Amino acid sequence: MFSKILIANRGEIALRVIRTCQKLGIKTVAIYSEADAESLFVREADEAYCVGKPPVNQSYLNADEIISIAKKSGAEAVHPGYGLLSENAAFAKKCNEENLVFIGPSPEIIASMGSKIEARKTMKEAGVPIIEGINTSLESEEEAVLAAKEIGYPLMLKASAGGGGIGMQLVHSEEELLKAFAGNKKRAESFFGDGAMFLEKYIDEPHHIEVQILADSHGNVVPLWERECSIQRRNQKVVEEAPSPFINEETRSNMLEAAVKAAQHIGYSNAGTIEFLVDKEQNFYFLEMNTRLQVEHPVTEEITGLDLVEEQLKVAVGEKLSFTKEDVKRNGHAIEVRIYAEDPKTFFPSPGKITEFQLPQGDGIRNECAIEAGSQVTPFYDPMIGKLIAWGGTRFEACSRLKLALEEYKIEGIKTNIPMLIQTVSHKQFLSGYTTTQFVNEYYLPTLTSTK
Amino acid sequence: MAKVEAGMAGNVWKVLVKEGDQVEAGQEVVILESMKMEIPVSVEEGGTIAKVYVQEGDFVNDSDTIVDVE
Repeated sequence: MFSKILIANRGEIALRVIRTCQKLGIKTVAIYSEADAESLFVREADEAYCVGKPPVNQSYLNADEIISIAKKSGAEAVHPGYGLLSENAAFAKKCNEENLVFIGPSPEIIASMGSKIEARKTMKEAGVPIIEGINTSLESEEEAVLAAKEIGYPLMLKASAGGGGIGMQLVHSEEELLKAFAGNKKRAESFFGDGAMFLEKYIDEPHHIEVQILADSHGNVVPLWERECSIQRRNQKVVEEAPSPFINEETRSNMLEAAVKAAQHIGYSNAGTIEFLVDKEQNFYFLEMNTRLQVEHPVTEEITGLDLVEEQLKVAVGEKLSFTKEDVKRNGHAIEVRIYAEDPKTFFPSPGKITEFQLPQGDGIRNECAIEAGSQVTPFYDPMIGKLIAWGGTRFEACSRLKLALEEYKIEGIKTNIPMLIQTVSHKQFLSGYTTTQFVNEYYLPTLTSTK
Repeated sequence: MAKVEAGMAGNVWKVLVKEGDQVEAGQEVVILESMKMEIPVSVEEGGTIAKVYVQEGDFVNDSDTIVDVE
């Protein structure tokens, strides 16, 4: 096993990786921007180095500086967490060239899954169902309109390099497509440095369900069940749970099999997630593959008893997976909610100083959080400040524990989405277990206007 | 003269007006980027843009003046 690793990330995920390293006796090196100097993850690491000014392109995305710190500190490997450099093929390549193990798959695999257009082509080859659409980049509005006519409206216009919902829009007509095209292309260019756009048929009442897999460098791929992440706002996940309350055992088994096939086809190693859209008839289609640890990995850990960061580290040093698909039993139900520093009605960010802070405790309750009273939530990074996870023997028990914990969550000084989360997890539609990606539009937003 | 403030700390992503432009009430003048989200800033009342205080790429705090409207 490694004796020292560098964590190229911040916040709760940096702290999460540190915790597993402490358990395994691995020393940790943190990097931080000037805005994060006082953060909990900086104090918890064995060593910490300032990597630059607050904006991410001057700190957490500064690959050369991060690699130089890794070498100087004597770290043998780099854990990228999620977001930031975690799916940056050039960074993974640089690490390898400098004899640092990048805890993730090869740079070639990261690149092939990072382009959604390339990923669609690859998955089609692998025999994994993809959504009807086009597999080339649309150069102009005219090209988009012609392609759209062939597939038929409504359609999703998407950025090939996109993520976090940026550069993505639902269009119902030629008029809407023309209106949306240039703006989204420009946004994709400025956020991802790549303006390649494509179209996919819109799936009605879509469920977002993803399969967690673990793959070692010896060709073994084991699925760790699925997570349903249908509840989203601004195309970003808010509530995630395992198992999915929607799909039946046959669909589940087919999805797990498709995910394993996808990973094997590309020669994947590391923890990974294959995201699918599932329609109301339980047909499923490949959406994208994330070649890193996911934000929502704790729900999988809660129902399987595994430590996914530990498994990532073992795979990275070349160990074989110590279990098979049959060994991974599913136990109970787990639900995670993301706590965002934002207005619960408009979803606009709410940076500021946290004046009072106390995490809820209780049976089956787990917190992943890297803030404390006195922490400053700055405008430079993602608004997610923590995650609350509830486990229960049944989904009903998990829902009840989660609601109680949310009501006890004490955070003052900034606005958070906690009121929205309480409404969501106690809504009868959520409790019934039928949630689609339109949940917030259909069931949450209307409750705001009716109480005005 | 009315001052238009940022309303939120963030980076100036786009400046949509220049000095001398006519604007209508509710029109967006600047788009900020904060916590990976685009936040439009609009004028409350119509008029003429008298001064633009920010450039694209600038960092602003929540009560910083962005433009003056006459």
